[in-house]
Amino acid sequence: MLLLKSGLLVDPSQNICEQMDILIENGKVVKLDKNISASPEMEIIDAKDKVVAPGFIDMHVHLREPGYEHKETIFTGCQAASRGGFTGIACMPNTQPVADNEGVIELILARAKRYDLVNVYPIACITKGQKGKELTEFAILKECGAVALSDDGFTVTNSGVMRRALDYAKMLDLLIITHCEDVDLGGSGVMHEGLVSTKLGLAGIPKEAEEIIIDRDIRLAELTNSRIHIAHVTTRGGVEIIRAAKKRGVKVTAEVTPHHFTLNHEAVTGYDTATKVNPPLRTKEDVEALIKGLQDGTIDCIATDHAPHAREEKEVEFVYAPFGITGLETAVPLAWQLYLAGYLDLLQLVNTLSTAPARILNIDRGSLQVGKIADITVIDSRLTKKVNPDNFYSLGKNTPYKGWELTGWPVMTIKDGKIIMKKGEVNG
Amino acid sequence: MGINSKDLISLSDLSIQEIHEIFTNAKSMKEIINREIKKVPTLRGKAIINLFYENSTRTRSSFELAGKYMGADVINISASSSSVAKGESLRDTAKTIESMGADVVVMRHPASGAHHILAQAVKARVINAGDGTHEHPTQALLDIFTILEHKGTIRGKKVAIIGDILHSRVARSNIWGLNALGADVWICGPPTLMPSQVDKLGVNVTWDIQKALKDADVVMMLRIQLERQKSGLFPSIREYSKLFGLNKNKLKLAKEDALVMHPGPMNRGVEITADVAESYQSVIEEQVTNGVAIRMALLYAMGGGKINASA
Repeated sequence: MLLLKSGLLVDPSQNICEQMDILIENGKVVKLDKNISASPEMEIIDAKDKVVAPGFIDMHVHLREPGYEHKETIFTGCQAASRGGFTGIACMPNTQPVADNEGVIELILARAKRYDLVNVYPIACITKGQKGKELTEFAILKECGAVALSDDGFTVTNSGVMRRALDYAKMLDLLIITHCEDVDLGGSGVMHEGLVSTKLGLAGIPKEAEEIIIDRDIRLAELTNSRIHIAHVTTRGGVEIIRAAKKRGVKVTAEVTPHHFTLNHEAVTGYDTATKVNPPLRTKEDVEALIKGLQDGTIDCIATDHAPHAREEKEVEFVYAPFGITGLETAVPLAWQLYLAGYLDLLQLVNTLSTAPARILNIDRGSLQVGKIADITVIDSRLTKKVNPDNFYSLGKNTPYKGWELTGWPVMTIKDGKIIMKKGEVNG
Repeated sequence: MGINSKDLISLSDLSIQEIHEIFTNAKSMKEIINREIKKVPTLRGKAIINLFYENSTRTRSSFELAGKYMGADVINISASSSSVAKGESLRDTAKTIESMGADVVVMRHPASGAHHILAQAVKARVINAGDGTHEHPTQALLDIFTILEHKGTIRGKKVAIIGDILHSRVARSNIWGLNALGADVWICGPPTLMPSQVDKLGVNVTWDIQKALKDADVVMMLRIQLERQKSGLFPSIREYSKLFGLNKNKLKLAKEDALVMHPGPMNRGVEITADVAESYQSVIEEQVTNGVAIRMALLYAMGGGKINASA
């Protein structure tokens, strides 16, 4: 038995935000109370002055295995997630081979189980080989354990194929996650198109490249009466399109990454390849709109788009570097800035990191009601630390936050009632 | 004496005062170029490496001659015949150069911002000889120097830069330099070859060449890469030439004593007609000579002159 004492329980599923003890037995929450008296068979954890929340879920992670183990492995990715305060991560299918078949899905699940850290929820491809032509076997992939479908990194460019995907997924109540990018409009762009790209002489990606596809996919979801999830929204226009769609009842959800709500395109000045990411860092106005979107619920959740790359791949000329930012180990303190700055209250913040992604992925997590599985994240709201990528568990050190001093770090991660991370150290 | 910034990557790395100092010295350098024995011992014992990842005739030979006239040892490394062709990263090439102990590295590279990698990896001072579509600061220095020689001042002069602004590192450096010295800068080209929000750089933007040329003191034509047509940025070379090429007739709109400039290499008959390129108004060949003088002055400041104590 595990007893978390005197923590500030923040659980959006029960609308609780007050000091509360939590008793865990056999991996489940068995009691919530103001004061649960300790007994000798209990391991007591003093959570005084800490925030205790249902385990955080990152619904957009690249684990790179199989195929790109020099960038990240399932093991290091799970360690990074545990350190980062996540108890569950959904991983994108752009591995080698891609996750368009049972084999890859089962490999990911089997290895994740062997490491026994966080829950790994594989996302399968929408189309075979991510080629945008033929649908994968949605039903069989779901049966194997795929929680959603996405051709992440690639937009399904053929609107007819996307329509059929949405239509077919509806039969299985399987979520389609869309990476919105009109690749012809984006062209050879490597950053946001604007004054900064002009000054730096770098080819730009206009925001419309993203907004056109957000609009298209929302309309297709409307046409088919299917669910759709918009990955990494970055523009004010995108937020507005989603807000309007939600108003008219479209089953659309959306996520935002920590880098898109903390950085803008000015960060690219100096050509630091750690700032090269797709979709690109946008403008200050876009950042403001994204935060507003989180505040009013237009954007449902925070997801990292954790995209680790090897050092030698990023230590090249900006134009040649791959897109991506490693995110699992900085996401929570970055998100915490939204609370510290007064943009979100604790219930809203925990909702975006836990309850909302669990609901979107339709997994029975994101709640600490009695009887639920005890996946828990404990945050020290006062802990201030500098970001040091050299100490990341993740193999990807490609972070633009090196040296940033951040407050609000996860200090304990509990999965199935078992402590998997304590003070930054992961088990095993 | 000297230049405060370790590297010259963007023209804005130089202060106005430093730019003027380079111009003053370039005048003396021109005198050396005209001597029978074109060699001074100023940079004797200094090593300059020309690292060229792109083909270049004038910029590379201009830096090479400038270094040699100043007495430095100059070697050329070109990407096609070096370990770069074997897949060595820029960072590793930079480290190799660092270990050999060069004093100045002059680099041209097809990727914007590549010089930041080099500059961080070497103690040697880095001079940008053109990076992607970003900047070409020594070209802007020689262009402005040429204008100054003819016009005496930059302030208030109307300078029209015409052509493919989007891909032009020459334009980016010139816009900054000319603006800083008080010119009235106009840029002109088809909208498909205009960078986003370029008006915010403090220039007049037009796609009407007549407006750009009207009463101009200086007409700076840019090279149009013929491959741009293939990627769909304009319909044909013929139409480009009709709209944005400079010929005798159009040039009449500019002031009578307007200078015609081109960074080279020219596409005669496309962005500029042969007669205009060779007219009395053309200073295109002078630009080349001034290029050597400017680079001598720059190498003098960066290779011999010490970095100021504050750096």
